[in-house]
Amino acid sequence: MIAAMALPPPDPEFVLRGTAAPVHTLHFSCRGQEPEFPILFSGSANGLVQIWNLKTHRVDKTMDGHGGKSVYWVETIHGRDGLLSQGRDQKICLWDLAEGRNVVTDSISVDSVGFCRCSLLKVAQDRWLIAMPANDPDEVQVLELPSKTSVCTLKPEAGAKLGMPMCLKLWQPGFGACPFLMAGYEDGSVILWNLSMGKMLSRLACHQEPVMSLDFDSEKAKGVSGSSEKVLSVWSLDEQQNLKVHKTHELINSGISDVTIRQDRKILATAGWDYHIRIFGWKKVKPLAVLDYHTATVHCVAFSDHSRPSERLLAAGSNDQRISIWSLYNQT
Amino acid sequence: MNKALGTGMKNTQWFLPSTPSFPCSWDRSCQCNSSSCLKVPIFCLVKIVDILEQFLREGGLSALMWEVCQQQAQAASPELQETLLNKVVCLPDHLSNKLQGENLPIFLPQNYFPLLGTEIIQVLQRISDSLRGGLDCSISFVSQVLGKVCVHGRRKEILSTLVPCLTDLTKSDCIWQRMCWRLVECVPDRWMEAVVCGFVQTAPGADVLSRLLGNLVVKNKKAQFVVTQKLLLLQYSCPTAMLQNLLGYLALDNSRRFLLLKVLQELMETWASSSAVKHSPVEQQLYISKAILICLSHLKDVEIDSHRQELFTCMMEGMKCHLDSNLPRIRCLGMIVAESISSRINTDGPILKFQYEEDDETRELKSLLTQMLSPPSVISPLDEGRKDSPSAVTEAELKPGRKPLAAACAVSEEGSDSELDSDDDFIPYDMSADKELKKTKAPLYIRDCIEVLTGPEDMDKWEATMRVLETLIQRNTAATQEVSVELAKVLLHLEEKTYIDDFVELRQKALVTVTITDPIPVAQYLTSQFYSMNYSLRQRMDILDVLALAAQELSRPKAPGKNKPSSIQTPCIQILPGSDSSKDWRKIVDERIKSKTRRFAKGQSQVELVCAPNKFSSVAGHFFFPLIQNFDRPLVTFDLLGDDHFVLGRLAHTLAILLYFAVNTVVAAAMGKALLEFVWALRFHTDSYVRQGLLSCISSTLLSVPSDRLLEDVTEELVETQAWLAACLALLADLSNDDNPGPWLPTFTKGLQASRCSREGSRWRLQEAGLAESAANGEPEKET
Repeated sequence: MIAAMALPPPDPEFVLRGTAAPVHTLHFSCRGQEPEFPILFSGSANGLVQIWNLKTHRVDKTMDGHGGKSVYWVETIHGRDGLLSQGRDQKICLWDLAEGRNVVTDSISVDSVGFCRCSLLKVAQDRWLIAMPANDPDEVQVLELPSKTSVCTLKPEAGAKLGMPMCLKLWQPGFGACPFLMAGYEDGSVILWNLSMGKMLSRLACHQEPVMSLDFDSEKAKGVSGSSEKVLSVWSLDEQQNLKVHKTHELINSGISDVTIRQDRKILATAGWDYHIRIFGWKKVKPLAVLDYHTATVHCVAFSDHSRPSERLLAAGSNDQRISIWSLYNQT
Repeated sequence: MNKALGTGMKNTQWFLPSTPSFPCSWDRSCQCNSSSCLKVPIFCLVKIVDILEQFLREGGLSALMWEVCQQQAQAASPELQETLLNKVVCLPDHLSNKLQGENLPIFLPQNYFPLLGTEIIQVLQRISDSLRGGLDCSISFVSQVLGKVCVHGRRKEILSTLVPCLTDLTKSDCIWQRMCWRLVECVPDRWMEAVVCGFVQTAPGADVLSRLLGNLVVKNKKAQFVVTQKLLLLQYSCPTAMLQNLLGYLALDNSRRFLLLKVLQELMETWASSSAVKHSPVEQQLYISKAILICLSHLKDVEIDSHRQELFTCMMEGMKCHLDSNLPRIRCLGMIVAESISSRINTDGPILKFQYEEDDETRELKSLLTQMLSPPSVISPLDEGRKDSPSAVTEAELKPGRKPLAAACAVSEEGSDSELDSDDDFIPYDMSADKELKKTKAPLYIRDCIEVLTGPEDMDKWEATMRVLETLIQRNTAATQEVSVELAKVLLHLEEKTYIDDFVELRQKALVTVTITDPIPVAQYLTSQFYSMNYSLRQRMDILDVLALAAQELSRPKAPGKNKPSSIQTPCIQILPGSDSSKDWRKIVDERIKSKTRRFAKGQSQVELVCAPNKFSSVAGHFFFPLIQNFDRPLVTFDLLGDDHFVLGRLAHTLAILLYFAVNTVVAAAMGKALLEFVWALRFHTDSYVRQGLLSCISSTLLSVPSDRLLEDVTEELVETQAWLAACLALLADLSNDDNPGPWLPTFTKGLQASRCSREGSRWRLQEAGLAESAANGEPEKET
């Protein structure tokens, strides 16, 4: 009886306040063993990267490395001992966080002035690939870390008129296999690049407006992308490496700034310009919840990587300078 | 057919050995049949019936008619023809009279007249043969037969065989066409109507009708009258297809088009006449509207050009009296017809556009305008059958081939779905909060709302204010009371600056809520505004609606916990699953106890009714008396007793509602007295909606005023009212087929029943019983 009635949407588990600026990016690191506590990295518009202790809900550390320019991508490297942060000062900083340090040990300069977030993929022990916008406006560059040698530069053929890359996602079909890159462009198309050949495999024009964010599920060969329109587009990759639109979902309000599939590939979260976080079932893109807490555009959503499913969290950062933490669909 | 004809010829010779002697012998046998049968012994009767049957079976009728036709050309005796005509047409009647139960199937009208139809075709065939051979022949006897059969009410039987055959035969043969025209033209005037109606009814389409009748309407005055007047204006029973046939027939030939215009003119006059709109039944008005629309669909642009002015005048006139009507259906009819006319006469200018609810009727009417002449060749039933069967076969053949494929697709899809389903069973949360994002913030204080509503135009803010107003008023009662009248004023004058889908509702809700929060000043304001200048009828009716709704709200006992569910909807505390399970535990235990407990009381335990004082009782007077005071004082812009009778009807209903909600209050008796006086003053109002309102006033008085007060204070009024109602019922009984008694009786009897129930055992019952009896007498009269 109770199950038949739609429950009211849940409230946030807790809210992190104190970034003092719009939150642009979030990244969890919760896999650590017992003495270590789950943490959340946040990057905000005032150039600070903060480390939140999710036990105490307080800021553990504040790190300033981008000269006051907005930080819009953070990602851990070496477990939680290293951190990459990308800022509007056209720099990607590598932080050393081991043993309580917090110093920038290295940095890569990015020539692009766009908003495109980088993408990191671990290809071997202590070897990573990072995809980032290159100095030509429509190019994407892939570097190998930590050596910072260029692997390839992905340049669309002349006359493709793609515009700038807006979002990137590196993936590989299996560990050790040849990596691919999914890139969303300013003209609304999503392109699959083969990194070893440096060549475009498939192009799908799935939006009318710039693709703001995408995520790809390599197991099901299915991805999702959001743009500034009212549509969430789900596409799939067939055996011939062709991208095809699988389904589109019409939203009430336009604008999706971030879309993320949970690691277990069961649900998907979007950050909306309409202040709402939306949750969908990933199989059928069935709308599951509309979370209404923020009072300004939501910029980013991130799922935690807790090893125990019941502890999994969802975090959303918004222009209203708050980070809301939610616990949803955790029963297995 | 030729073969049949040949045998028929032979038979004739066999039956009537010598042509000259035939009339006499036939005459004799007829006489024997009809008058001297009584003396005929039974075997003789049987023999005669046998002979007659054989005569019919072997095509004797056609031979007979052919004989008469030939003679007619050489002028034969009219008496003989008359007798023959009688016998041929009335044969089934004679025989069934004579034979009673032992009648043979061939003599039954449903068999005989179709047979006669085919025989007529055979005669016509012979006539056409002889015409081709250069011989003159008269067709008038056949016409007479046809006419008489039709007037005897057997047109369906005879024409159902005749018309399809003629349709086929006239398709390409001009001699047959001429014969057919002649056949109808020669029908005597007194039978013309039946024949024409029959043809119009049976013909499958306007073009067929035109082929069969030719220019009959132009040549024959009687036929013209039937087609242009009787079928269109003097009755309204024809189905739409028949109307389309008829008007299509008029439109098909240039020599008949002037009649189409004439018909349209007359139809438009009827449509635009206010007395017709008031007094004719809705069905007839629907019929006329249909005819007008069909006419319009047939008109050519040139014809419209030459009659534009007349059409326009009629349209304006008719629209006015239709929109004046109180019946929604008639208003709607007026709107559709006016829209259609305007769309036809204004080819480039702006056209009329009304808002009305689409239903089957409006769609049907509109389709009449768009569908042009029926397709040029209406397929005869025979052809149709032939055409249908192969297509049906191919379809049947195709289907099985297609089906498995589709089924397979469905299966595969389902399969993949069910596979996906396995881990997609997350239960969605309530997503009703997912609305379009509004950029502006709604005001938080009542005074801000007033400012926004009266202030400069900021549409988004304005809309947000409208949406939030009701809840704001409910939340801040004290703040609202400070500005209640001002707010009511603003709301009453509020116009829809920008489109909001439920603006009317929002505004009404807000007004009702203001009235509830501060009843006396707001009610005083609203009632005074009802009778002041410079309001539209809409606003006045809004006032009435608001007062009635507010009275309802005030008189309804407010459950103390009523507001709780809404507060639950915006949850502040998330209930943890753990607490849920404890609740379940409680529930399970309760269930168990319940299942093991025996209860001796029958029926469900009654839900406890919430008791609360009727808040309306203290303010009812402020709602009621100012409203009833001034109805007879006309203003320049507002004349309740004149043109604005629609508002008067609403007023009567509203007063009845107010009194109804004032039940059990002290002031009810005074209100009832005033209301009965009001009823008395208006009892002969011409408008049925107003009278309906008066009846609900009476019912509500009987329901709300305590019986002892009724008998003490308002005895005279009651007796008068009763006398009036009794007189009305008597009148109804007299005019049992009066056009519009509809709203009277049900309301009245309902009111009586209700009052009877509510006042069991009072002295009043005796008088009421008298009333109810008269009502009971009136009802069956009306039913018939």
